[in-house]
Amino acid sequence: MTMQGHDSSAALVKMANDIADYFHSEADRGLAIDGIVNHITRFWEPRMRRKIVAHYAEHGGAGLNELARAAIAKLAEISQG
Amino acid sequence: MLSIVELDFGTPRSKAAQQVTLTIDGREVTVPAGTSVLRAAGEAGIPIPKLCATELLDAFGSCRLCLVQIEGRKGFPASCTTPVEAGMRVATQAAQLQKIRHGVMELYLSDYAAGNDALPTEMREMVDAIGVTEVRYGFDGKNHRQAAKDESNPYFTFDPAACIVCSRCVRACDEQQGTLALTIEGRGFASRVVASQDDGFMDSECVSCGACVQACPTTALSEKSLLAKGPAQTSAVTTCAYCGVGCSFRAEMRGEDLIRMVPNKDGRANHGHSCVKGRFAIGYATHKDRILKPMIRAKISEPWREVPWAEAIAHAAREFRRIQAKYGRDSIGGITSSRCTNEETYLVQKLVRAGFGNNNVDTCARVCHSPTGYGLKATLGESAGTQDFDSVLQADVIMVIGANPTDGHPVFASQMKRRLRREQNGRPPAKLIVVDPRRIDIVRTPHVQADWHLQLRPGTNVALLTSLAHAIVDEGLVDEAFVHARCEREAFEKWRAFVAEERNSPEAMESVTGVPARAVRAAARLYATGGNAAIYYGLGVTEHSQGSTAVMAIANLAMATGNIGREGVGVNPLRGQNNVQGSCDMGSFPHEFPGYRHVGDDAVRASFEQAWGVPLRNEPGLRIPNMFEAALDGEFKGIYIEGEDIAQSDPNTQHVTASLTAMECVVVQDLFLNETAKFAHVFLPGSTFLEKDGTFTNAERRISRVRQVMRPRNGYADWEITQLLANAMGYPMHYAHPAEIMDEIARLTPTFAGVSFGKLDELGSIQWPCNAQAPLGTPTMHVGEFVRGKGRFMLTEYVPTAEKVNAKYPLILTTGRILSQYNVGAQTRRTENIRWHGEDRLEIHPQDAEDRGIAEGDWIGIESRAGQTVLRATISSRMQSGVVYTTFHFPFSGANVITTDNSDWATNCPEYKVTAVQILRVSQPSQWQQRYRAFSEKQQELLREAVALK
Repeated sequence: MTMQGHDSSAALVKMANDIADYFHSEADRGLAIDGIVNHITRFWEPRMRRKIVAHYAEHGGAGLNELARAAIAKLAEISQG
Repeated sequence: MLSIVELDFGTPRSKAAQQVTLTIDGREVTVPAGTSVLRAAGEAGIPIPKLCATELLDAFGSCRLCLVQIEGRKGFPASCTTPVEAGMRVATQAAQLQKIRHGVMELYLSDYAAGNDALPTEMREMVDAIGVTEVRYGFDGKNHRQAAKDESNPYFTFDPAACIVCSRCVRACDEQQGTLALTIEGRGFASRVVASQDDGFMDSECVSCGACVQACPTTALSEKSLLAKGPAQTSAVTTCAYCGVGCSFRAEMRGEDLIRMVPNKDGRANHGHSCVKGRFAIGYATHKDRILKPMIRAKISEPWREVPWAEAIAHAAREFRRIQAKYGRDSIGGITSSRCTNEETYLVQKLVRAGFGNNNVDTCARVCHSPTGYGLKATLGESAGTQDFDSVLQADVIMVIGANPTDGHPVFASQMKRRLRREQNGRPPAKLIVVDPRRIDIVRTPHVQADWHLQLRPGTNVALLTSLAHAIVDEGLVDEAFVHARCEREAFEKWRAFVAEERNSPEAMESVTGVPARAVRAAARLYATGGNAAIYYGLGVTEHSQGSTAVMAIANLAMATGNIGREGVGVNPLRGQNNVQGSCDMGSFPHEFPGYRHVGDDAVRASFEQAWGVPLRNEPGLRIPNMFEAALDGEFKGIYIEGEDIAQSDPNTQHVTASLTAMECVVVQDLFLNETAKFAHVFLPGSTFLEKDGTFTNAERRISRVRQVMRPRNGYADWEITQLLANAMGYPMHYAHPAEIMDEIARLTPTFAGVSFGKLDELGSIQWPCNAQAPLGTPTMHVGEFVRGKGRFMLTEYVPTAEKVNAKYPLILTTGRILSQYNVGAQTRRTENIRWHGEDRLEIHPQDAEDRGIAEGDWIGIESRAGQTVLRATISSRMQSGVVYTTFHFPFSGANVITTDNSDWATNCPEYKVTAVQILRVSQPSQWQQRYRAFSEKQQELLREAVALK
């Protein structure tokens, strides 16, 4: 059974934003993005990573804050590549 | 009172290095300086009679039985209060001494009623030792034999007729527990023991720790279980299954009947002390609610069907394999428990990784101390506290952050309070800083007064901790030499620049935290310059959206001030459950193998693949909240839950139960039909800690043995059940005893390399790391070098929680525990502890109550963005205005119906401590509570039908 109306990508977007909020204080933007990508890679189950990448691809990262969006873009690049 | 006779040398052991030689009854005896003559004699095998002396308490010198003669001294000094001196010549058995002792004992006996004659007591031992057979004064004089018993406490009785007013109970309450609830009232013949203002034990300030009962040399204070059942025949040393202090106990037994639990004097975590839960709240083990037969059902709307073990296991295995065949290998997972042993949690994660073939394993530490694991690993290099509990005795400044030790970790709190009240080796009593939104007991308790209580707003820990760091940097209080030698320079400089920014100053943060900048700066100075400074923290730190950041901020403070890497300092997470540390150590997190090593580490994974004989995944699995999401997505269909009650303990209950409902096979292994089991399809009856062998690891990394004292009433220990399930799923496990599991853990986990049941039996307990470099274990970590090499400062930007108060939800709800109950209450609710706390209540500040017309005891509706529930009100000035508080020990309370899905950014640990709510007076339970009651009653009915069907 899939819960009617359930959208786990909303939870993933919130998680990604929360992680990005932590790395926001890192002045070096490249390091901040790498930190987010590394965190997601180390701690997120692959299906979750695929879903957030798909959300980014399909919805342009709707709901993601600016830093999280940049990180998911990089994650998408890595996963394609 | 005695039951099993233990050696007691009358006064505490001296730890002095200097040795002193004296002569006792003509024998040369050498003992550490500071040892009492009484103890020196006892250790030499020369027992001196005593009644008021016990080695758990300081010498008192009142009973006059331990008198001795010392050459060159006048009179008959009490040997308990007389320290040894070099060359001293002591006589313990001279005729004159025996005459005095005889006379004293006769006086005692003239006003003494022995109570239960079947019970051995120290009093009776002494009567026999002194040889009193008659009392020349008779028994007809004025006496206390008709004094009424106090039977108000559910666990013990006070019989004044058997009281000899030796003060051991009063001193135990003072010295061991630190509550000072007992006093001797009156003088001379009128002297008597009273609780508080002669209120009776139950209505007094007594916290029922039982220290007085243990101290009593007569039957005056006796466990009711002992009076009812008689003395024990055997005992075994085991470890408490409640909080993370991990107290060592002797389980006193008659056959398979537990007579009582007695704190073990040699226990290094508790030193012979205990709390009301560990000592007394054991009745759940034999409670009628325990389910002892396996059960299965196809749907949660159907009755349970009791089946043989083989059928239940085969059914669960078939279901899991069916689900994997239909939905994929990753569609199932498991949850280990901090209530189970290391060996059991190790087996569950092994079953998931090797048997299920994925890494979908998690543990209840997810919802409590997972940020500790993340934060301490990132900064110090190891996911564990840095000290042993005894370290607190060497602390000069104690900072308690987001922990309520007198309720959550009461035995350690007693030790902490001793240091706060007493000098230690010439150092004055320790100073105390408390960081907590509530005025918890430790802020002001007998003879303890916090120097600073930083009563911050919930959710602002990181702001406060960073402003403390700002003050330390701003006022030049950094231990530059320590940082230079021990920490990564670049990360430190980055951190220093960050915290030094004006926006992080106490003045700038005052409007955020609500704590006056002056107080923050004073506390920072005290922490940085007050000598050995130690931080103790709890779930008030971790259970936030910035839980991991706060843990890192704490580690930063310790490193910046050099308060780490020696006794008396450090970073000390107070773990909630008995085996939180252990369950994390054992690889219960989805991204880590045992020993906190990432599944992506090829070399580590290869070692497990070789040992376990199967290929293992190199990607992290699902965390508990991820499992819920995946279940609602239709991708996660089966779960094996050992000893966890996620339907009560995890946040946003309705989200959790919807997830469980979405699964096709929920297997619950537990003692009772808990809230989660009401959504289960297979119930596997679990065993209590009394029924199995294994180990627990407490908050100080201390591994202690759990010893079986009775056969599992359900038929199997939990590790055996997991093994049966693994075998049924086609993954072979053939352990004959948990010792073999520990041997495997030791082979595969460097920090456990030196641990074995044999060594634990030999040493009593071991603090990991225990390996070739530290064969006896490691009381203090990070000495000389951090586990990660150089300590790493981390940036700790304050990010306000997304959980905002507004006009609709103007108050903040925060949650916690109470002394008499334990977590979801599955155990303690089934004991007499409900006499102290029979329901969860909502604590409200008087102003907030007045604004809403709320009176004490009113029913209050509490509404958050997640849900609604109803609790009765307790009006309390412990709260700050704008903050309400409740416990979560009763399922009907629905405390987690109102907590939200917000979680720690790094670990997904739920933000239990901050929920925006509105409250108002109501007249009936919430809709959720009404639905819960109906559902729960239906499930109980289905359970009864299972019993009827057998």
